[in-house]
Amino acid sequence: MKIDAKIPEGHLSEKWTNYKSNVKLVSPANKAKLEIIVVGTGLAGASAAATLGELGYNVKVFCYQDSPRRAHSIAAQGGINAAKNYRYDGDNVWRLFEDTIKGGDYRSREANVYRLAEVSNAIIDQAVAQGVPFAREYGGYLDTRSFGGAQVSRTFYARGQTGQQLLLGAYGALSRQIHLGKVKLFTRRDVLDIVIVDGKARGIICRNLVTGEIERHSAHAVVLASGGYGNVYYLSTNAKGSNVTPVWRAYKRGAWFANPAFTQIHPTCIPVHGDYQSKLTLMSESLRNDGRIWVPKKLEDAEKLRRREISPNDIPEEDRDYYLERRYPAYGNLVPRDIASRAAKERCDKGYGVYATGKAVFLDFRDAIKKKGRKYIEEKYGNLFQMYEKIVNENPYEVPMMIYPAIHYTMGGLWVDYELMTNIPGLYVIGEANFSDHGANRLGASALMQGLADGYFILPVTIGNYLANEIKTPPIPNDLPEFLQAEKEVKDQIERLMSIQGKLTVDEIWRELGNVMWEYAGIARNAEGLKMGIEKVKAIREEFWRNVKVPGSTNYYNEELMKAGHVADFLELGELIMLDALHRNESCGGHFREEYQTEDGEALRDDENYAHVAIWEYKGEGQTPERHIEPLKFEFVQPKQRSYK
Amino acid sequence: MRVTLKIWRQQSPNSKGKFVTYELDNISPDASFLEVLDILNQKLIKKAEGKDVPYEQTPIAFDHDCREGICGMCGLYINGRPHGPDERVTTCQLHMRKFKDGDVIVVEPYRAKAFPIIRDLMVDRSALDKIIQAGGYISINTGSAPEANSIPVPKHMAEKAMDAAQCIGCGACVAACPNASAMLFVAAKVAHLAYLPQGQLEAMRRVQKMVEAMDECGFGNCSNTYACEYECPKGVSITHIAKMNREFIKAKVVEERYE
Repeated sequence: MKIDAKIPEGHLSEKWTNYKSNVKLVSPANKAKLEIIVVGTGLAGASAAATLGELGYNVKVFCYQDSPRRAHSIAAQGGINAAKNYRYDGDNVWRLFEDTIKGGDYRSREANVYRLAEVSNAIIDQAVAQGVPFAREYGGYLDTRSFGGAQVSRTFYARGQTGQQLLLGAYGALSRQIHLGKVKLFTRRDVLDIVIVDGKARGIICRNLVTGEIERHSAHAVVLASGGYGNVYYLSTNAKGSNVTPVWRAYKRGAWFANPAFTQIHPTCIPVHGDYQSKLTLMSESLRNDGRIWVPKKLEDAEKLRRREISPNDIPEEDRDYYLERRYPAYGNLVPRDIASRAAKERCDKGYGVYATGKAVFLDFRDAIKKKGRKYIEEKYGNLFQMYEKIVNENPYEVPMMIYPAIHYTMGGLWVDYELMTNIPGLYVIGEANFSDHGANRLGASALMQGLADGYFILPVTIGNYLANEIKTPPIPNDLPEFLQAEKEVKDQIERLMSIQGKLTVDEIWRELGNVMWEYAGIARNAEGLKMGIEKVKAIREEFWRNVKVPGSTNYYNEELMKAGHVADFLELGELIMLDALHRNESCGGHFREEYQTEDGEALRDDENYAHVAIWEYKGEGQTPERHIEPLKFEFVQPKQRSYK
Repeated sequence: MRVTLKIWRQQSPNSKGKFVTYELDNISPDASFLEVLDILNQKLIKKAEGKDVPYEQTPIAFDHDCREGICGMCGLYINGRPHGPDERVTTCQLHMRKFKDGDVIVVEPYRAKAFPIIRDLMVDRSALDKIIQAGGYISINTGSAPEANSIPVPKHMAEKAMDAAQCIGCGACVAACPNASAMLFVAAKVAHLAYLPQGQLEAMRRVQKMVEAMDECGFGNCSNTYACEYECPKGVSITHIAKMNREFIKAKVVEERYE
């Protein structure tokens, strides 16, 4: 099997420029004859669909929500990185590249990450021109703040709603193309399969969630922008509908899955409080600019706090353990997410955790409020404080927030080359759904950057290189045997799900899967646990296909049916995540194997044996997938042990 | 907690709907309102046996997604108020501690001519998308933007724009309005872009196109009841409607020059 990432020749700083100079072009007249399907309307999908429409292609865009503006990029809070260096604090493209590749623990491609840093500035320009109301200084120029894993201030933001504002910018651009007729919008569609004709991606099968109708849509190329797979853990910061199904079906049709074990646990989420709980809510990383993380130094104080006998404000300064500042003086509270998450778990495991469950630490704004005033804090984080108060019923201006790590983002995803194309010609994957830029850990404020880089600036260029060879291909008929076969398989699966009528609801099974995933493939993993986890996931999967209960019928809006399909795929993905984690005998970024750690508990990488991308190839139902590797070559940076001390 | 839910059940857009009563016990005051609907649905699924389950005993359809108050997908009319009795929250952020033990809670879909009911508590809000499509953006192609700091924006104007831009498109303003008007929604976008220098060039065209689309979609007009501002989960101010009206009149006065 040949794995070719198609990295262009030349020095790192010249690769993208060289690529753009040599890429094939498609004339406007030919673009008007070509069709492209985009699945998903988050930052990546909306920006790609809009830009492809502007270029003159005919685009069909799909989302499961009732409007493209609902996509979960909307919930991103803190900000977006760019190497503008407006603060003159020593930032540049090289530094953003270096921070990102180091933050990812040297498990991503140099060329991809450099390109990401390179286009970052154009994203800010584009968003400002669209009217995204970024925060500004009194002089009228753009303000920035700091995020984890960087010693410069390069994060642009719109209060605590940066994702919302950027998505609405992209949604505006998309809406304009819909109005102009270049993009056709399909909402409330659950994408259930990818159709491959003569080895090329030619379309999708989806279900109209309102009517239940199964639809076949064809195009010259298919772009997946359907997001990450954090919901395999059941409780996550993802939206309830976020799913892996389009990605998983592409995998089962032959697309390679890369680094599934690279999942990100975000350190600052509102803790779990009850077994009826449906999701977890993030508190932005930006809060760590002004909030200080601590637990009590004394075990007895922690116990009293758990029993609510004392308030955190009763604990004197000398009895507080600001453990991040203590362990990582250089970065303090702004260490990357994987490190902050593990440090919180370490304290809680030792018994210093607070909240009734003992699974929380404090994020305290007392000092910042004293120093900068309540108004300053309100202006910067007002909406986050309000959200916290509504959920927890405590006022974070007066008592410290309680936070705990939770699944937030998935760095793994479908394998793509430099052109963002999978190993299936004509199938592209952008945004969180691909694996490409964040290695084993994503830095804060880099997801928005990557989604928009892929959608606005990279895919619209690279897809031309493929479509230039398709200009003679007439519109693809949607009744080719491959379409009919895929449609039949989708209908068969739906029928199978409806026919079981067992005893357990989809949610019950999904929760069980989530518990197993969190237990064995969460913040810390080990070989023994992973082996056990794999057996448990298999057992849950069998239980699902024997005993799930999907009520109602197929010809109207039936959320249980949609969920059942998504969970069926999570039950397969869960096993692959554990398999990948088991085969990566090292610790790196978000993948922490307890067997591989330094004396002071930091991740211990093994560059000799694992400086590669793990690629999984589907081998058929019930078969173990085959593991391949794409070696990572570091020509321009020297991998070293990540230190934030 | 123990609560009685009276929930609107309607099988399809054209079928006749009715309220159905459900009792729930042992509800945690920390549960969100949507989690209570989840609990109820789980019970209904568990209980139903065989093929011929009466409609009232099938799970209740409602829209939801992010469950952190930002996507705008959830929206229920609870005890006569969009998003229920708490201030400045979406339905997903409404918690049971805002109710009392033994309360009767009436749950309806958003009711407006422009929001046809799809099923139970789900409505079709694509009219809001149509209004944005008509002109709720700055027409700029990818790649043609100037250097970001070449467009300075006074801080207070950027803040005002952000206040308006916070709208999540949930439609609570429409549901709250006795005229089912979408003025606050439209005004939020018009004002957001009109406050910014980038938005000036198209301002006159934009406001006219959006208002025209709003009227075509069947939304009513504004009669200054302030219900929209009161119920808006993001606190979008009605002053933006005044701003929109000024923009609209300005555009009408100089219409010939711009059309």
